[in-house]
Amino acid sequence: MSDEYDNNKSYQAQSSEVMDGSTGSVSPDIDYVRPSEVGEQELYHPHSFIEKWVFCQDAKVIGVQYFLTAVFTGVVGLILSWLMRLQLGFPELAGFMTAEHYYQFVTMHGMIMVVYFLTALFLGGFGNYLIPLMVGARDMVFPYVNMLSFWMFFVAVAVLMASFFVPGGPTGAGWTLYPPQTILEGTPGAGMGILLMLISLSLFVIGFTMGGLNYMITILQARTRGMTLMRMPLTVWGIFTATVLAMLAFPALLVSAIMMTLDKVLQTSFFMPTILKAGEVLEYGGGSPILFQHLFWFFGHPEVYIVALPAFGIVSDLISVHARKNIFGYRMMVWAIVGIGALSFFVWAHHMYVSGMNPWFGFFFATTTLIIAVPTAMKVYNWILTLWRGNIRINVVMLWCLGFIVTFVNGGITGIFLGNVSVDVPLSDTYFVIAHFHMVMGIAPLMVIMGAVYHWFPLVAGKMLDEGLGKWHFWITFLGAYSIYFPMHYLGFIGVPRRYFEMYDSPYMTSAVGMNEFISIAAFIVGAAQFILIFNIIKTLKTGKKAEQNPWKANSLEWYTSTVPPEHGNFGDRLPVVHRWPYDFSVPGAKEDYIPQTTAPSEVIHTKVEKT
Amino acid sequence: MSEPKIDGFELKPGFKGMASDTASDQTMFKGVHWGKAMMWIFLLSDTFVFSCFLISYMKGRGSTPVEWPNPSEVFALEAFGVPVPLLLIALMTFVLITSSGTMAIAVKYGYEKNRKMCGWLLLATALGGLTFVGMQAYEWSKLIHEGVRPWANPFGAAQFGSFFFMITGFHGFHVSIGVIFLFIYTYKVFAGHYEKGKKGWFTKLKGDYVEIEILGLYWHFVDLVWVFIFAFFYLW
Repeated sequence: MSDEYDNNKSYQAQSSEVMDGSTGSVSPDIDYVRPSEVGEQELYHPHSFIEKWVFCQDAKVIGVQYFLTAVFTGVVGLILSWLMRLQLGFPELAGFMTAEHYYQFVTMHGMIMVVYFLTALFLGGFGNYLIPLMVGARDMVFPYVNMLSFWMFFVAVAVLMASFFVPGGPTGAGWTLYPPQTILEGTPGAGMGILLMLISLSLFVIGFTMGGLNYMITILQARTRGMTLMRMPLTVWGIFTATVLAMLAFPALLVSAIMMTLDKVLQTSFFMPTILKAGEVLEYGGGSPILFQHLFWFFGHPEVYIVALPAFGIVSDLISVHARKNIFGYRMMVWAIVGIGALSFFVWAHHMYVSGMNPWFGFFFATTTLIIAVPTAMKVYNWILTLWRGNIRINVVMLWCLGFIVTFVNGGITGIFLGNVSVDVPLSDTYFVIAHFHMVMGIAPLMVIMGAVYHWFPLVAGKMLDEGLGKWHFWITFLGAYSIYFPMHYLGFIGVPRRYFEMYDSPYMTSAVGMNEFISIAAFIVGAAQFILIFNIIKTLKTGKKAEQNPWKANSLEWYTSTVPPEHGNFGDRLPVVHRWPYDFSVPGAKEDYIPQTTAPSEVIHTKVEKT
Repeated sequence: MSEPKIDGFELKPGFKGMASDTASDQTMFKGVHWGKAMMWIFLLSDTFVFSCFLISYMKGRGSTPVEWPNPSEVFALEAFGVPVPLLLIALMTFVLITSSGTMAIAVKYGYEKNRKMCGWLLLATALGGLTFVGMQAYEWSKLIHEGVRPWANPFGAAQFGSFFFMITGFHGFHVSIGVIFLFIYTYKVFAGHYEKGKKGWFTKLKGDYVEIEILGLYWHFVDLVWVFIFAFFYLW
């Protein structure tokens, strides 16, 4: 197949065909790219240590700041999950833990991992670092606002962490924060804890909005010459669509946070119905708890894709580079990302099948939910077809990508179970749900993050991470993650409910005890294995071997900066000019198995390059 | 403003033009300043914030079992001994919409580099906004005096006060932010910062009269939102 290209579809560079983007001017020159529309971006160069490393306006430094802060919260979330697993597997060893502690750990683990770890890491970390480099910009378009974005996030994290130390501790209402119990006495952290959580979320939304505007405008309005939207790496497409989702979904979170804060502080009754407590009627009355669920999930479901879409994009690029083959169906991949993003706004109530809503409502949301499986499946097939007959390099990056595909398919299939109302009702609030979403939006994106770290570390630090340690890291994480979440499906089927501190003498006990112990041991090992990466990074920074300019032989612009690691302004004196998509790998007739995006058509005459 | 001219790129009208702009390199919105594009997208996001507020209001009003107060009685203002429904609100709306007009003319003079006129019109806009906020403060204090609280009120459903103070408060906050920036930009225009190429206090970057238009976009948005709040709160 690969050596029988259809000549009509491939671009013969000898022809005098007019290039993309040159509409309107008649130019016989096949290398012609339109001149620049906007002048050079004015950059503010740092003058002091603080301006360079702390209040820095360089998107690359901001990206690393986001990354490190998010990883810090991730480690906190990891430790919380260890404590939870200790209680579930070996309650006799967790004597220090009360039920209240357990609920608080569940809540904080969920909120930290979804919002402060994954969202911030993908959009703030990878987005800031990669967008300007990949689209060929000198920096984000509003560097000052970008800096504010990070510091707003930093304050949000600080407020969140402060809630561990206030009287009553952090909130223990579950990460969904459902009213009315969230702000009523009896729920752990119903005093200061929930207040700090709501403030922190609001700050996060404000900070994210500042960053999100930057990502969107940089992609839409600050691409380099020749860089069309359909020549952007899929990483950028994924982050872009996720940012659009976030800009439209976070408002619902902000509004629900404001309303709940008022319910808490001013005794309004937005979400609070009439409540009897110990025979006494509370001051609340007339509000709608379901309203909160709608607002929360209008944010919450797109949030799943805010985490997943950047992972989809990044993994597409990693697979293509490390299989030395163009991504299969690039345009289909782009439209699938956009389609998933659009559909994700019409599925939110599938989280609320058991809230007592009209069955026809559930019917509608089940339908839209299952439709999302179509573009998602297209993406999975395309990843596999990209690997098909590729020149696959089984290095650490590729291992993480393969791990991602497997975990993602696994989690996606259980999603189809849960998308159906009649299957979801008995399974909801059981460990099956836990297994599903950890597989699909916990482990799968995490695998991509790990692959991306191994892939781009040479760019960020100029040194190659150790492959041997990386393989240990991968295999322990991959096998361990399956040991944790695979048995949970079974626990769900026998009806073990989630968020329970202990099972007491329930009939689940006999069959669940051994399994819980097994899962806990696996969780301790997998968690500990993550420190291999931290050790690897420290070791590499100290003694690692220096990376060459473009160690993976990739095509996208971030590898063609004037220096490695790139300096402020990214590309030296002249911005690169783009002539093709970033996926020209193993092109028949080309000297090397990759053609950088900056290579002009006249340099690759007699090759069968597809026109992009 | 004249049509932007793009080197080597033909701007076509209609849907075809949109498609060819989108498919081209460098920029999607041809000739549009970065800051202006940013403001549009921010306003889109802010639209979702206000939509969530107003939809929650509709839902809240629908689900409370207590009767909703009659807005033309609650918001009536005594003029010459006769209670006139919606008098204050009509005035507030008039002032705010008028300030939108002065803002639009300020943008025009800004692009014509007519520093004086631009500055005076910005100042008029700022004062209009300030008057609006002042009248809103009066309305709030009047309602509070009559016993309306976020958690209860003497006229009916408690949610009336909750939603009223929250949504008008959030809108008033937007107006106040706008007023602060209007004063800042009035100063910048009168001081001739754009002509001198003076660098921004925070960003350390040079400014341009396009900033007036960006501020104008925000101001018109705040006015438009008010029209919806007006319709949903006072006329429903």
